[in-house]
Amino acid sequence: MTEAWTYPEALWTVKDLFVYPNEYIYWSIQIVMYPLMTGLVAGAFVLSSLYHVFGLEDLKDMAKFSLVFSFALLIVAPMPLMFHLQQPLRGMEVFFTPHFTSAISAFGIVFFSYSIIVATEIWFVYRKFFVEQSIALKGKDGIGNSLKQLLYSVLTLGAYDIGEKALHKDEKAIKILAGIGIPVACFLHGYAGFIFGSVKANALWMTPLMPVIFIMSAIVSGIALCMFTYIVIMEWKKFRIKTSRKSWEVTAADVGGAEIDLIKNTSRYLVGFMIAAITLEILDLVFRGYTAVKSWEILRSVIYGKDFVDIFILQYGFGNLLPFLMLVIPGLTIRRTTLALILVIFGVFMMRWNVVIGGQAFSLSFAGYMHYKLPFIPDSIEMYKEGFFGALTIALMPFGLFWVINKFIPSLKYHK
Amino acid sequence: MSISRRDFLMSTLKVAVASALPLSAFKFLSPAEAKAAVEAANVRWGFIVDTYKCVGCGFCVKACKIENEIPYDAPVTRTWVERYLILKDGRMVADTPLGGRDGFTELKIQDEVIEPKEVAKAYFVPKLCNQCENPPCVQVCPVGATYQTADGVVLIDRTWCIGCGYCIMACPYGVRFFHPVYKVAEKCTFCYHRISKGMKTACVDACPFGARKIGNLKDPNDPVTKTIMTERVAVLKDEYGTKPQVYYIGLDENVR
Repeated sequence: MTEAWTYPEALWTVKDLFVYPNEYIYWSIQIVMYPLMTGLVAGAFVLSSLYHVFGLEDLKDMAKFSLVFSFALLIVAPMPLMFHLQQPLRGMEVFFTPHFTSAISAFGIVFFSYSIIVATEIWFVYRKFFVEQSIALKGKDGIGNSLKQLLYSVLTLGAYDIGEKALHKDEKAIKILAGIGIPVACFLHGYAGFIFGSVKANALWMTPLMPVIFIMSAIVSGIALCMFTYIVIMEWKKFRIKTSRKSWEVTAADVGGAEIDLIKNTSRYLVGFMIAAITLEILDLVFRGYTAVKSWEILRSVIYGKDFVDIFILQYGFGNLLPFLMLVIPGLTIRRTTLALILVIFGVFMMRWNVVIGGQAFSLSFAGYMHYKLPFIPDSIEMYKEGFFGALTIALMPFGLFWVINKFIPSLKYHK
Repeated sequence: MSISRRDFLMSTLKVAVASALPLSAFKFLSPAEAKAAVEAANVRWGFIVDTYKCVGCGFCVKACKIENEIPYDAPVTRTWVERYLILKDGRMVADTPLGGRDGFTELKIQDEVIEPKEVAKAYFVPKLCNQCENPPCVQVCPVGATYQTADGVVLIDRTWCIGCGYCIMACPYGVRFFHPVYKVAEKCTFCYHRISKGMKTACVDACPFGARKIGNLKDPNDPVTKTIMTERVAVLKDEYGTKPQVYYIGLDENVR
């Protein structure tokens, strides 16, 4: 056979001791990003639902923002898979010819039903705004205004009734949608956990706790990212107004930056979910050590040996314990919260890394190891997609999308 | 012509039932499927590896790579040979350089040179797809691109595989990989293109010592079936519940 061939997996996998010849790190950085992104979607949505369903008034301002942000994240969620597939053009087959014994085939159904729920909920939340905008912009000069007017009048879907009775009905619909959304969001992410937890060939992945652990850490990461983005946007706005010379519609005092009360309230929920996530993870670890089945010998050498720094220092230490202490010590400030949030998101990323990469750190022979070298400088499209910059592209995408979406459906309120 | 509502509904129902019946009563089969369903009912391909006979020459790996168009120097292979050394201190060392393609000519194993006097026992173990009765790779494929034929061989549709790698993750034996040229999942097929024409697999034909044999497990007179029925054989990693159909003679407990 004279055809040109490539095997990028061999470039980023370093084998040690006895490893089967076909074994490589096949699921690399993009499969780390995939559960991270779907987790953020689920977490952001659950945060907004805490207000809409359970009426937690202290989360009111956060709810609208996190709902719109979760929509931006949702669009990005399938992107890591598209980057990862060897045949991305055939990706649609998952929707058209799903093979239902596979956990991945559920993706099409769950993803679409979830998208519909989120989009519909956003529509109900913003219906009044759309109507008001389309009426206010009517008859105004300029192509921009008439295009905007057209967009908003399309977005109203012809429902112009914003009387008290109609709005009350909207609220009821929002509540129902948010209520249905919570289990669907959990399912969206629980099934991502199931993808890993059901692989019986992988000793590290196979545990029924995996979906639950994934859901808990998803909510943690979603809440943390929403809080972080909220703080950054509000503080940036304040900073811009303070430092710019042109006059703004609102003053810096009106914007007021991120509200510490709101942050304090939200961080209480964050800490609660963090405790749940870490408890499950520790339970899993203790159980594996106690039962010590055949695979434990190699797992122990990976968990307490090769991956010790990644798991105990970076994930549990810097990603869980440190931010936990930072958030519960009294006298919480915005600056301290921001730092803690970055650490929490980093911790969840490390958790995904330790599951996906850690699960491939040992051979199926239980007698050898594989080490993953993250491709940094891309010298081909494969090395870009499955490398640092591919992951960075995915990580930045939701912020860009949110910026665009927020132009049309503003989700951040300035306090007056 | 007039028709009462009752009659109209009755006729509609009749037409609906009549047109639905044939569809549900007959499953449309392609000629190949129909042929396979009839013929393959008496065929279940199985394999025997006699580890006592294997000397680790690597001819099977060479033959397989050439027959099945896996680039010769690509670091992946459909079949491979493992070398195991059990030392007198109880330690096990094993390797499979290039899948054993060029044989085992180096004394060095896992980066250390083992003196022959330290070795308690040593042997070679050829590996290939186990064509499991309960294949986890088929279960996890999200698009149904990999499937089990009626005669028990698991195949991959190269035009349909999306290359997600889930099947590679699901196989406890590590037999799957991405084809270095076609960029889809790839694995041993028992040389399906050969066995379905009455030939042996490339590795069986290439083995100079008769360490590999393929046969029909549904035929009681097949030598392979006879061996499995009358001798002490074992399979790899039965704890996964995959029901592998490659049987080993002389399988040591150290084999992974």
